[in-house]
Amino acid sequence: MTNSWTDIRNTDLVVVMGGNAAEAHPCGFKWVTEAKANRGAKLIVVDPRYTRTASVSDMYAPIRQGTDIAFLLGVMNYCIQNDRVQWEYTKAYTNASFIVKDGFGYSDGLFTGYDEEKRDYDKSSWDYVIGEDGFAQVDPTLQHPRCVWNLLKQHVSVYTPEMVQRICGTPQDKFLKVAQMISECSTPTKTMTSMYALGWTQHSHGAQNIRAMAMLQLILGNIGVRGGGMNALRGHSNIQGLTDLGLMSHLLTGYLNMPTEAEADYATYMSTRQFKPLRPGQTSYWQNYSKFMVSFQKAMWGDAARAENDWAYDYIPKLDVPSYDVLRMFELMNQGRVNGYLCQGFNPLLAFPDRNKITSALSKLKFLVTMDPLDTETSRFWENHGEFNDVNPAAIRTEVFQLPSTCFAEEEGSLTNSGRWLQWHWPGGSPPGEAKHDNWITAQIFLRMRELYRREGGAFPDPVLNLSWEYADPDEPTAEELAKEINGRALVDLADPADPSKVLLQAGKQVVNFSQLRDDGSTMCGCWIYSGCFNEAGNNMARRGTEDPDGTGTYLNWTFAWPLNRRTLYNRASADLQGRPWDPSRKLLEWNGTQWTGYDVPDIAPNAKPGDVMPFIMNQEGTSRLFARGMMRDGPFPAHMEPFESPVPNVLAPRMRGNPVARIFQSDVARFGNSDEFPFAATSYRLTEHFHFWTKHNRVNAALQPEFFVEISHELAAMRGITEGGWVRVWSKRGSVKAKAVVTRRIQPLHCDGGRVVHVVGIPLHWGFMGAAKKGFGPNSLSPFVGEANIETPGYKAFLVNIEPTTPPGVVS
Amino acid sequence: MSGTMAEQPRTAVSNPPVRALAANFGEQDMMRRSATRSEPVPTRQLTPVAKLIDVSKCIGCKACQSACIEWNDTDPGVGVNVGVYENPHDLTDQMYTLMRFTEWVNPETSNLEWLIRKDGCMHCADPGCLKACPAPGAIVQYTNGIVDFIHENCIGCGYCVKGCPFNIPRISQTDHRAYKCTLCSDRVAVGQGPACAKACPTQAIVFGTKEDMKKHAAERITDLKSRGFANAGLYDPPGVGGTHVMYVLHHADKPNIYSDLPDNPRISPLVETWKGMTKYVGLAVMGFAAVGSIVHGIFGRANRVAREDEENAEKLVEGRPVPPPPEEPAPETRAG
Amino acid sequence: MSQDVIPAGSAQPGDAVHPGPPVTVNRYGPLQRLNHWITASSLILLLLSGMALFTPELFFLTGLFGGGQNTRTFHPWIGVILFFSFFIFFFQLWKANLPERTDWIWLTRIKDVVGGHEENLPELGKYNAGQKFIFWGMTGLILVLIASGLLIWDQYFGEATSILIRRIAVLTHAIAAVLIICMFILHVYAGIWTRGTLRAMTRGTVTGGWAWRHHRKWLRQLAGRRKVDPAE
Repeated sequence: MTNSWTDIRNTDLVVVMGGNAAEAHPCGFKWVTEAKANRGAKLIVVDPRYTRTASVSDMYAPIRQGTDIAFLLGVMNYCIQNDRVQWEYTKAYTNASFIVKDGFGYSDGLFTGYDEEKRDYDKSSWDYVIGEDGFAQVDPTLQHPRCVWNLLKQHVSVYTPEMVQRICGTPQDKFLKVAQMISECSTPTKTMTSMYALGWTQHSHGAQNIRAMAMLQLILGNIGVRGGGMNALRGHSNIQGLTDLGLMSHLLTGYLNMPTEAEADYATYMSTRQFKPLRPGQTSYWQNYSKFMVSFQKAMWGDAARAENDWAYDYIPKLDVPSYDVLRMFELMNQGRVNGYLCQGFNPLLAFPDRNKITSALSKLKFLVTMDPLDTETSRFWENHGEFNDVNPAAIRTEVFQLPSTCFAEEEGSLTNSGRWLQWHWPGGSPPGEAKHDNWITAQIFLRMRELYRREGGAFPDPVLNLSWEYADPDEPTAEELAKEINGRALVDLADPADPSKVLLQAGKQVVNFSQLRDDGSTMCGCWIYSGCFNEAGNNMARRGTEDPDGTGTYLNWTFAWPLNRRTLYNRASADLQGRPWDPSRKLLEWNGTQWTGYDVPDIAPNAKPGDVMPFIMNQEGTSRLFARGMMRDGPFPAHMEPFESPVPNVLAPRMRGNPVARIFQSDVARFGNSDEFPFAATSYRLTEHFHFWTKHNRVNAALQPEFFVEISHELAAMRGITEGGWVRVWSKRGSVKAKAVVTRRIQPLHCDGGRVVHVVGIPLHWGFMGAAKKGFGPNSLSPFVGEANIETPGYKAFLVNIEPTTPPGVVS
Repeated sequence: MSGTMAEQPRTAVSNPPVRALAANFGEQDMMRRSATRSEPVPTRQLTPVAKLIDVSKCIGCKACQSACIEWNDTDPGVGVNVGVYENPHDLTDQMYTLMRFTEWVNPETSNLEWLIRKDGCMHCADPGCLKACPAPGAIVQYTNGIVDFIHENCIGCGYCVKGCPFNIPRISQTDHRAYKCTLCSDRVAVGQGPACAKACPTQAIVFGTKEDMKKHAAERITDLKSRGFANAGLYDPPGVGGTHVMYVLHHADKPNIYSDLPDNPRISPLVETWKGMTKYVGLAVMGFAAVGSIVHGIFGRANRVAREDEENAEKLVEGRPVPPPPEEPAPETRAG
Repeated sequence: MSQDVIPAGSAQPGDAVHPGPPVTVNRYGPLQRLNHWITASSLILLLLSGMALFTPELFFLTGLFGGGQNTRTFHPWIGVILFFSFFIFFFQLWKANLPERTDWIWLTRIKDVVGGHEENLPELGKYNAGQKFIFWGMTGLILVLIASGLLIWDQYFGEATSILIRRIAVLTHAIAAVLIICMFILHVYAGIWTRGTLRAMTRGTVTGGWAWRHHRKWLRQLAGRRKVDPAE
C-alpha cells in the first residue's frame, strides 16, 4: 500500500478491482465503510462476480477475468478524451513530458524489440532521449510528438468503450458510468483509492494490471494524497513482511537485489545500482545503495565482512537464472533435481498450481521437512484419501518429517501489514504439545549444519561458519534480538560528518534510522527499510498511541511504518509545486517557506525546496513513470494481453497467446487447454468464512462454510443440466475436481467480441483433505503452471475448465 | 463530516472494561416474567438498549455468527453445502444468529442486489414467546428491553416457537430447552456490547441505547437516501411494540425481500386467542361444568332404580308378563 | 352362547342377564373394564398435565409428574396410550352406539331425562343418546387431540409443519381439551347421578332393575336371547 488502511476513510471514491476487500479483508474493509458513512464516499466494484464487496457498492460492473488492462486503459482514454486529467500534477510529477527514443513503438500487441525465440524483448529502445548534459530531455508543454504523454495518448486511444465491451464483456453503459465516476477524481479536491489484491497479481500480466491503475491514479493526481494511492491488500497478515525481508529468491532485504552470475564482483554489482539523477537537482535515493548493502553484509557476517574482501560479497549466492521462484523449484523437483525441501509455514500441495505436478514433484524428493502448526495436506501428500488424494503411498519414497511449530498467537514478534506497519505482538497462549517456535527450529538446523561444515569442511564453508550469530541463547534467538539486528547499530563511534569532533552515535548503540547507515563498515543493519523500528527510543513497533491530530488517519504513534514511520508514500505529492496542499481540507504536508511540515513524515528531504526537488525521490527522474522504460519485462506501457487459457482470442492481436514474455516450461506446454475442449472461464478466490487452508481445521469456520463448491450462473446450470446443491465435476487440461454447485445470479454470462458468450465458473480455494471441514479440493488441481512475467506469481485467476453434473465422490477413509 | 455525527454507540465499538464488574442488571430489573400472574415490579428503570443492524453496511462475513458460537460456546456442527451460502441452513439450538442471503433483482434498476440479513431474536417489546410460554420464569424481559430465556425454568414445550412472530427460538434435542439470542445479556450486564457487535468488522452491527441507535439509524438512512435508496428506513415494527434489535433497510417499504422478514409482524391472532380467549372462556366453561355438576349433585335428586324396576326385571327374566314395549317408535330393524 | 347367533339390537357379545333375585346383567367384561380404566386414568393424567401447561395458576400440577420437563415429556406419551386404549374400546362399542330413531325422541324429551321421568321416555337399547353423544364426542375430540397433539409434539414433530399449522394445532388442541374436559365431567357426573351405573365399570354388572329402568330394550333383548339360547 502506498497509503495505510486508516487513510482509506479519507477517500471520495473506492475502486475495488482485482480484489474483493469485503470478502478477503473484512477488517480492513471497515475503513471503506467509514469513508462511505463519514464522507459520503462511493464504492465501485469491477469483478467477474457480484461479490460481497459488490453487495455494499454504489456501482458494480462485470468484467471478464484477465482483461483489467483493457478496462483501465479504457478509463484512461476516457479521461484523456474528456479532459479529466489533473494537469498540474501530471505535468510536474509524472514523466509525461519526457521524450522517448525514436526506436520505440507498439504494433500487433508487441512493443519493439521482441525476440520470439527467447520470448523476451530487447528493451534498449524503451528509454528517454538523453541529452549531452546526461539528463533526459523533456518538453514541459507536452507538444513533442515523442513525449511520453503523446505516446500514451495514442497507446490508449484504441481502448474505446466499444473495444472495452468487446474485450471485457462489460456493458458500455456500465463502463461509461464507472469511467465517469472515476474521472471526477481528477479535480484536486476529489480523490480515489484503488484497493486491489490477488485478482490483479495472479495473472501472467499481473504487474501490468497494477501499473495500469497506477498510471490512471497518476494522471488523476491521486498518488501521495490522503484518500488516494495504490493499495495492495496483502493476502496474509505478513506477506508484506515477506517481500520486505527478502524472502523472494531474487531479493535481499529491503528490496536490495540478489546478485546474478554476471555480477561476479562487488564493483560490477554496484555499477548498475547507484542510479544517478536523470533530471537536475533530483534526489535519486538509490544513490545510497552501498550504505544499505554494506550494512546488510555486516549484519550477516560481522567482522568477516571487511573492505578487503568486498564486504564478503563472495558469500552471497549468485543467481544463474532470473529467480528460483516456486514454479521453477517445483519444475526442478519434478525433474528429480531437488533432494530435500524445507517447507516452513506453507502448504504447496494446495497453494501451488497444477496439483498433480506438485504431487509428482514432492514424490521425487528424498526428504521433505514441514514446519507448521497444522497437519497440512503437504505433509500428508503421500497419504491416500480416496478421490481427494488418490496416491499410492507404497510408490512414494519421500521421507517426511513433520515438525509442529507455533502459530502467530503463540509467538512474540512483529507482523507487517499491508499498510507497511510493523505491529509488534505478544503471545496469547502457550504452544501445545511438542510445538516449537520457528526461531528454535531454524537455529537448531543452522547450528547442526554449521557443526557439520566445521568438522567436514566442504566446497565453501565460509558463509556458514562466519555467519553472525550473536544471540544470548544461540539455540533460540529472541524476536527482540532479531528486531534489533534488523534495525541496525553502530559498530564503532560514528562521527558527525559536519563536525568530526562530535560523536553522533556511540559504538554498540542502535541507529536511529537508515539515515545513519554508512558504507565504510561502521554500521550494520539487517533490513534498511525497517531501520528505525527498534532504535534507542525502544521498540517502536510496540507503540500503541492512538493520537490522531485533526483526524487525518495517520496515527504516527501507533507502531512503526516503514520507511521512517512514514504513513503515506510519496506524500510530498500531496502538495503542489509551491508546496501548498492540493486540497486544503485534506492537508498532509505543507512547505512553510523553509521546511516541510504537516501530519506525516515527509517523503523528501525536510528542506528540499518544493519547486526544485520532485516528489518521487526513489526514481532517477524525480517524477513518477507513466512510461516505465525497460523496468518491466513486458513493456513500458501496459497493453491488453489475454490469459494463456482464454475463452476468446486477443481482439487486438489474434495471433498472441498470453503474455509474450511469460516463462513457460517445456513440460507444461502440453498441459494448456483450449476453448474448444474447455469452453468456460474459471477463476479462483477466497471466502470470508475461511482463511486460506488454515481455518478448515477449526470447527467454527468449518461450520460456517463446510463444503467445497463452485459457483455458476443459472444459464450455465441450465445448459449443462446442473441443479442447485448438486454434485458437479469440473476439469481442466491438468486435473479434475468434484464440487457442490452453487447456482447464482451473482455470476452472469458475459457478452464479448462478436457475440461470444463467456460463462464464468467460480472456484473458491479453502478445502483439502485434512481438517474439520468436509473433504474437498482446491482450484490448484485445475490451474495452469504459469507465472507472472516479471515476478513469477502463479496465475490462478483466469483459466479454462469444463463442467458437468456428476455423482458424489466415493471416499475411502 | 465527523463533527455533525451523533454520539456513536460505544459499548460494542470500543474496548470494554477489563476489570471485573458486578453484573449491573438481573432479577430486580425484570418487568415481565412468563406464566406469572402478577408481573414483577422492577426496582428501577434501566435505559432501553438496542442492537442496530445496518443491512446496507453488512458484508455477510459471518463474523457475528462466529463470535456468537465462540461466546456462547455452542457447536453447530459441520454440515454440507446445499447450494447456498447459509450455513448452518437455519437457526438451531446451537446457532442463535444466521446470515441470510437473498439475490434480488431490483425491478426499478434491473440491477442485482445481494441482500444479506443477520437473522436472530428481535427482542420485541411485546414478546410473543413470553406470551406463549407456560413455564413460570422461563422467559423474562428486563426493563432495558432484553428478552432472555432462563433455561433452568424452561420445560422444552416449544410454545415460544409458536408464539414468536419471527420464527426464532429453537428447542434443543439434547437438553430439551429453548435457545435463542440473549442479546448477550451476560455481556451487557457487565458493560460490554453483544459479541456479534464486537466482532462486526464494518460496524454494521452497533449497540447502545435505543434512542442513540435510532439517531444513528436516521443518519444512515439520510446517507442511503442520498445514494438513491428512496425507501431506506428503520425496521422497528410497531406491531410488536417495537424491537430492541432493529434493522436499517435500503428497501424499508418491503421488508419481506430480506429473506422473509415480516412486513408487519405481530403476535399471531391464533396465539392471542389461544393464550387469551381460549384460556379464560375454557376455564370458565370447565369450571361451570364442574360446579354445575356438583351443585346438581347436591341439590338435585339422584336417579335411583325403583323397587318395581327390579321386580319387572325379575319378571322379564323369568318370562312372566311385564309391561310391554310402547307402540311407538316403530320396531327396530333386527339382525340375526 | 355361540358366536354365530348375533343378538338383536344393541346387545353385544358378552352381555348377558342372570336370573335373581336380584337379577344381574353383564354389561362390561373384565378386559373392557381394564380398557376403560386405562383410558380414564390416561385422561385424568392428561387433564392434570395439560391443565398445568394450560394456565400458570395450575403449573404447580407439574409437581405431580416430577416437574415441568417431565410433564412436557409424559403428556404426549400418555396421549398416545389414551389414543390406543380408547380405540380398542371404540371398536368394541361403536356398533352399539350407532344412532337410532329413539335417540331423537330421547333428546327431545331431555327435560324428562334430567327430571328422572324415565316413564316418559322410549325404551332404550344398551346406550342412550347422551351416552352415545359422549362416545362419539370423545371419539371425535380424541382424534382431534391426537392429531393436533402430534403436530405440537415438539420433540418429534416440531419441525414437520409450518409454524402457522402449529399455531392452529395448539389452539385446536386447547379448545378440544376444554371440550373433552367438559365431556369428561358430564360423563363422570352422569355416571354418579344415575345411581347403580358405576358398578358397570367396577364389577362389570348392573342390576336388572337398572337395566329395566334405563335400557329396557337392551334388557328385553338379553332376556329374549336367553330364551333362544338357554345354554347358560
